[in-house]
Amino acid sequence: MPVKVMIPSPLRPYAGKRDSAEFSARTVGEALGHLTTEFAELRKHLFTEEGKLRSFVNVYVNDEDIRYLAKENTPTKDGDTISIIPSIAGGCISFRHFERSEKSLLALCFGKRKRNLKE
Amino acid sequence: MATTTQPQTGAKPAASLSNEEILRYSRHLIMPEVGMEGQLKLKNAKVLLIGTGGLGAPLGLYLAAAGVGKLGLVDFDVVDFTNLQRQVTFGTSDVGKPKSEAARARLANLNPDIEIQSFETQLTSANALELFKDFDVIVDGTDNFPTRYLVNDACILLGKPNVYGSIFRFEGQATVFGMPDGPCYRCLYPEPPPPGLVPSCAEGGVLGVLPGIVGSIQAMETIKLILGRGENLVGRLLLFDALGMKFRELKLRKNPNCPVCGTHPTITKLIDYYEFCGVRGEEAPGPSVQVPEITPRELKARLDRGDDLYILDVREPHEYQICNLKGHLLPLGELTRRVHELDSSREIVAHCRSGKRSAEAVDFLRKAGFRKVLNLKGGILAWSDEVDPSVPKY
Repeated sequence: MPVKVMIPSPLRPYAGKRDSAEFSARTVGEALGHLTTEFAELRKHLFTEEGKLRSFVNVYVNDEDIRYLAKENTPTKDGDTISIIPSIAGGCISFRHFERSEKSLLALCFGKRKRNLKE
Repeated sequence: MATTTQPQTGAKPAASLSNEEILRYSRHLIMPEVGMEGQLKLKNAKVLLIGTGGLGAPLGLYLAAAGVGKLGLVDFDVVDFTNLQRQVTFGTSDVGKPKSEAARARLANLNPDIEIQSFETQLTSANALELFKDFDVIVDGTDNFPTRYLVNDACILLGKPNVYGSIFRFEGQATVFGMPDGPCYRCLYPEPPPPGLVPSCAEGGVLGVLPGIVGSIQAMETIKLILGRGENLVGRLLLFDALGMKFRELKLRKNPNCPVCGTHPTITKLIDYYEFCGVRGEEAPGPSVQVPEITPRELKARLDRGDDLYILDVREPHEYQICNLKGHLLPLGELTRRVHELDSSREIVAHCRSGKRSAEAVDFLRKAGFRKVLNLKGGILAWSDEVDPSVPKY
């Protein structure tokens, strides 16, 4: 029985709208590697260019934060659930705030104003 | 800036309830877990709500109804029609009124025996400590990262509990930060996410009931903290998935190296949270990218003349269903991948709802070699205002 990776809704657009995926993996890193191989667009959201897990990405094995285990080397066993826990800010904002606000509330909500179309 | 109802005369804690209060709170008083002792704790408690929107609505209503003696309401926003789908404190007649004041009036009507202070102001690094200091519990019902970090840091600096809740589409999170041995927001999220992690607010949205559920969980945690009863969410992150109707729980640990609550803190006073969250500098105010535009009236005239224009709608499919200009739908997020579907020899007019996303699309297309591409100024909203009022605005 493989491990299950739970994909949070903000990342689902980059994962074929899937909410979870299953892989055979011995470590968290291996499972996330499989995940980002299958869904290449996810890679830049989870990993730095150097291939390190981004610091704002929280990953749990079952209910434990891997930062307090062995990070990406945390071993996994069949039936484990790996969760990617995103930072969400809402109280969601409405469209009208966009136009009224001087500062882009999109930036406030999600970190930066523009989407990176050029990437 | 503050408006108060029912100012209390003395600073002395209340030692008894009036007969009217005993009647009002009878369903609490007959529970041994609350009783007279607990109800007096509620009466003597002071809770500050940051935000009176989606999460703040059930928070304010339940905490006022429960008899929390003093409620502070911080919000600088004004009620608009799009709020009414989830911000149940407000009625249609409140549209246009300041939220903090509309909420104060509603809660004062619900419970005239409590003190309610409204602060029609934006929470900032300059006023947060002053605002927080008179309250026992701070409840974070805001909608943006800078304020989340600000609320967290101010709570840690003052040693006050921070009852946290947040929502996105169908999912919610709740926990209690800022307790002496518990973690803080920065232990969980040391830094805010950079661009693009979350698609966009326009594709986000929220089901109206969700903040009702998550805000109610925050209200429950606040009351438990005041009563000193039960097991609160300190050290646990509660995840709620409304679509799957599932609750999950993750362990949160206090990070000994946390810059604000760790053993050797490096943040010892409030900082600039907009800068910290990367929303200053190039991304700060400013209009969207500068691109060639066409006004709705010009577009109408050219279409009436029979000009061969290709209307490109860069919104999402569900927005197209609300209203459209019979354009070719190609959402902004798919533009890079599907750009080959467009004919660069034709004259293209891109539009979205307000003209911002389509400006990005036009900018992208021009950089990709499209010469004849214009942005519909003001988007479908302006089209509705200037050309065809039968097109609904949303």
